[in-house]
Amino acid sequence: MTSNQLFIPLMALILLAVVNLIVDPGFFKVTLGTNNAGNPVLSGYLVTILDYGSELAILALGMTLVTAASGGQDISVGATIAIAGSAMLRVLCGSNSRPEALAAPIIVAFLVACLVGMLCGAFNGALVSIFKIQPMIATLILFTAGRSIAAWINNNELPIVPDPKFGYFGGFIPGIPIPTTVFIVLICIIIMALVLKFTNLGLYTQSVGINEKSSRLNGINPTLIKFLAFVILGLCVAVAALIKVSRISTINYSVIAKDIEMDAILAVALGGNSLSGGKFNIWASVIGAYVIQFLTTTLYKFNVQSDALAAYKAVVVILLVFFSAPKVREYISGSTKKIRGRFSRSRKNLLVKDAGKEESK
Amino acid sequence: MSRSKLKGGLLGRINDTNILLFITVVIFLLMYIGAIVFQGSGFRKPQMFFNILNSNAALIITACGMSIVMITGGIDISVGGVVALVSMCCAVYLDKANGNIFVSILIAIGIGLAFGIVQGLLVAYCDIQPFIVTLAGMFFARGMTTIVNTKPFNVVNEDFVKLKTTRINVPGMGSYNKKGLYIPAYVEIGVIVALIIVVILFVVLRYTKLGRSFYAVGGNRQSALMLGVNVRRTRFLSHVICGLMAGIGGYVYFLHVGSGAASHATGMEMNAIASSIIGGTMLSGGVGNIFGTLIGVLSLSTIQNIVSSAGLDQAWWTGITIAAMLCIFLLIQSIVIRQRKRALKR
Amino acid sequence: MLGAVRLGSVRTDRTALFQKREVRAVENKVLLEMRGIDKIFPGVRALQNVDFKLRSGEIHALMGENGAGKSTLIKVLTGVYAKDGGTIDLDGQKDVKIHSPQDAQKLGISTVYQEITLCPNLTVAENMYIGRGKGVGTNWRKMYSDADKILRKLDIPARASQQLANCSIAVQQMVAIARAVDMDCKVLILDEPTSSLDEQEVEKLFVLMRDLKALGVGIIFVTHFLDQVYEVCDRITVLRDGQLVGEYEIKDLPRVKLVAKMLGKEMDDLSDIKGEQGLYNGDDKDSKVFEAEKLSSNAGIKPFDFYIKKGEVNGFTGLLGSGRSECVRAIFGADRVITGKVKMNGRPVRIRSPLDAMKKGIAYLPEDRKNDGIIGDLSVRDNIILALQVMKGFFKPFTKTQANAFAEEYIKKLNIKTASADTPVKSLSGGNQQKVILARWLLMHPEYLILDEPTRGIDVGTKVDIQKLVLELASGGMSVTFISSETDEMLRTCSRLVVMRDRKVVGELSGEDLTQNKIMSTIAGGE
Repeated sequence: MTSNQLFIPLMALILLAVVNLIVDPGFFKVTLGTNNAGNPVLSGYLVTILDYGSELAILALGMTLVTAASGGQDISVGATIAIAGSAMLRVLCGSNSRPEALAAPIIVAFLVACLVGMLCGAFNGALVSIFKIQPMIATLILFTAGRSIAAWINNNELPIVPDPKFGYFGGFIPGIPIPTTVFIVLICIIIMALVLKFTNLGLYTQSVGINEKSSRLNGINPTLIKFLAFVILGLCVAVAALIKVSRISTINYSVIAKDIEMDAILAVALGGNSLSGGKFNIWASVIGAYVIQFLTTTLYKFNVQSDALAAYKAVVVILLVFFSAPKVREYISGSTKKIRGRFSRSRKNLLVKDAGKEESK
Repeated sequence: MSRSKLKGGLLGRINDTNILLFITVVIFLLMYIGAIVFQGSGFRKPQMFFNILNSNAALIITACGMSIVMITGGIDISVGGVVALVSMCCAVYLDKANGNIFVSILIAIGIGLAFGIVQGLLVAYCDIQPFIVTLAGMFFARGMTTIVNTKPFNVVNEDFVKLKTTRINVPGMGSYNKKGLYIPAYVEIGVIVALIIVVILFVVLRYTKLGRSFYAVGGNRQSALMLGVNVRRTRFLSHVICGLMAGIGGYVYFLHVGSGAASHATGMEMNAIASSIIGGTMLSGGVGNIFGTLIGVLSLSTIQNIVSSAGLDQAWWTGITIAAMLCIFLLIQSIVIRQRKRALKR
Repeated sequence: MLGAVRLGSVRTDRTALFQKREVRAVENKVLLEMRGIDKIFPGVRALQNVDFKLRSGEIHALMGENGAGKSTLIKVLTGVYAKDGGTIDLDGQKDVKIHSPQDAQKLGISTVYQEITLCPNLTVAENMYIGRGKGVGTNWRKMYSDADKILRKLDIPARASQQLANCSIAVQQMVAIARAVDMDCKVLILDEPTSSLDEQEVEKLFVLMRDLKALGVGIIFVTHFLDQVYEVCDRITVLRDGQLVGEYEIKDLPRVKLVAKMLGKEMDDLSDIKGEQGLYNGDDKDSKVFEAEKLSSNAGIKPFDFYIKKGEVNGFTGLLGSGRSECVRAIFGADRVITGKVKMNGRPVRIRSPLDAMKKGIAYLPEDRKNDGIIGDLSVRDNIILALQVMKGFFKPFTKTQANAFAEEYIKKLNIKTASADTPVKSLSGGNQQKVILARWLLMHPEYLILDEPTRGIDVGTKVDIQKLVLELASGGMSVTFISSETDEMLRTCSRLVVMRDRKVVGELSGEDLTQNKIMSTIAGGE
């Protein structure tokens, strides 16, 4: 994995931090207060960013692998979050949309969600790796049908989970002021780091993404690797679904995780990963995810409406991608070289003149 | 040597484009005939077919623009956003600024061209991936739509309403309603525009050097460069055309719905892509044709009509059936192409 | 097919075709002069003060080892790279500026590359005319009839309306040449044009080249095939390490001297390295390491029987397209095996995928280095350890130290020229890339090593190194299959040759039968 890929997302992060500090010196303030239930909670912009950026960061983990191995993107993640979330609610609430008690333990619901997420991932993975369909198009299918399927799971009703414990995942555990999502992200990152360190997943994924034929002739099974990447993303989707559904303890099929697929893909791109596959740096994507969340939070602070948010994000993204394009970089370094050249030449002339004056004295 | 001679004969006539188009047309005809047979009365009226055209004129136009970008090897997912933006801007102009029709048309074209030009510059001259650029374009367009005017509203400008409700009668295809009155079949202005555009783009793709260079660049960009094709300009123009089509399509959409709203045309870009693929355009580039895209749009819409006339809940089932159809088509494409590759090896 | 009479009539047709050009007097005036060309890449001086002169009506070979600068010089001339210094004079014009392939095309410089640079989704005719000509429209009927005319006259077996992807590689290349010819080029550059052609097709190409020569076209012929150079060229320019060694007339430069100039040293006679090395002489020297019975794959070869003994070097020979690569790919499990029983060291085994073969101790160096061999963006180190890593397993990655140790060992052993073990392998020269792939398989310590065209596109010096290495490995007990288009290479290293024709094994030669003549006649078939 390349380490200089971290440069751009870190730069972006710093830039956003500086801009915010200039406008509001109290930007980094974090206060410890109490929420409605009387529990201590941290609040402040930083906390918001870390909290709400977590779903994106988790998705970025899986999306990076999918992009690297298959050279394409999975645009169905929003819809599959809806499906996984809906399945979770179905397990928790049974067929009753306003139950008094949980129909099954939360852990079971989560495992079902994982299974469902992985099934969706397997569907996409099969289309891409076995039938060789372009990822963006293959995932277009679940993108189109996913939310309908999610609604169908619960007969188009909106079940509400009665147990407040369920809300801990997307909120706060009593007594712990740090949002739970921060811990969830940390766990996911640690698991991914361990997997990447103690298996050849990184090497095989990059190999398959760069040259599938050669990889095959070296004994790697490209079909399996690509399939695996999509299944892993499916797992990430399940975790993100847990967080999202837990935040409101219910679901809104057309609104949940809306446009998150675009944010996830952007996170991967901001991390300097090539969207056509190959070498990747997964941590850069994670930082990219937080950059996007940072951007979103900054815009909300400036009272930008949520619908209009997209426009500002777009401009920032274009600027970022524009300035990191190799052609543009070449042009800029070429012009600065010229300016520096002229500068040093004129200095040399001055020095020569001075030397001449010295001599003639 | 003998292998090549064989290939020159029968198989020479067949190429990727022809096979996919053939499959598309066959499936569409089967579907429509099936609909007539099984769903009966509604579908038998020619007006049903014309209504499909009426409600999808905008999609036809944007899908054709999309096909051109896809043939060149790129993609443009901003078209839905552009259509929404065009609708909103024109609506605001006509009602809030008391504008006239001609200028509103210019506004639509201007917006479409602007998007196409900027995106084309970034993709072709700065070498940034089209997916990202047009994704940002989509975000930008959708966001701007809300900024221009937050609430949706219907346009009441007189000239506009007159234009919107103009009906062009198709002679001889009318039907008798329950009271025995003859109601002529009609199409809206948008359909005429769409059909003209289809013909123009068909001619461009088939009979101009620019059109052929789209195919060349999509088929093998490096080779096209070596052969002397101006690859940058070709890619740039493909995005400009797509943007222009989004602008024109946007105005046609506006004519059809008669209002401006931020929720207009959501998912239109995906429909355009799906129509193109069903019509035989390959995402990898180099293969595709306009008539196929037209049939693709009609196929998509036929499904929607079958679904609604069967009394199923439109919102759910349309999504699922279109997805299923896309799935089937993609599988067919993948299998057909693989079979041809195998046959040619021997 | 190319009988004398027919040849004559084709020639007349061709002359008629070219009548529209003014017949340039073959005065051998200087057509192209490149002077003092410099080209620098980060860390590497690819070209240093190189001169190159091409006269009209001559076929001029450009030769040099890999890394010598041949392809860089060509890319400078065709506008793919911008030169850092020097001037180019073309046909009377001094100091022309070539900034893009389009500029080069406009100036009359046409190139036909080794890799087909045409668009497979377009028709033959379109490929001939795209990117050319004035006007906005495309007149299909005229295009098809013009193209058909040229195709007939050049005797190319393709139809103008055929999709290019439906044609064989050889035909595609001829279409590329037909395009160049039709464009009234002054300078025609042929970059390794014969690598994918069989002998008949090569002869046709030479006929065409001689015709063009007679009309005053200057042809630059870049190739590694010494025989072909001596058959058709008038002059040779030799580059070495980015610098000009010299320009010579063919008649003044016998082969041995040419090779010496390319290597920069005197070459010893290669014919008996086999004798030098000595054969494997262990107790089990007659045991069959690998045995196949009625093996066939979905690549279309007829079921064949095959065996190789311990310490033996054998080869597969035959014309291009006779199925040599397909046979070894079936052995390695790279193609889907349809029929056949396979034994390793006497025990029956199942080989259904490359991983199965690797686990049984079989290694395969593929023919297509770029598409099947290297993983371009990965480092030299990652490319070297890859096969061994895959064999070790998904859950047991090598540590950084282990990987580095392996990489350094083989970089030294095989003398691989690279800035460091971290350099992406795609930035190495062809010969060094080949060495990296070889290192990968040697690291695995296979029992049976299959080398498919290991010396293609490689300079003479490295070729000899690889041949010597093969014999060394064999004498140590490794079984090796060596496939090469150059039969004398195989004669020098193999003790047994399997002969193929039209995807079928037609014979096996060993001992006294290992001669060029016997090979030719076995390939041709007894009559």
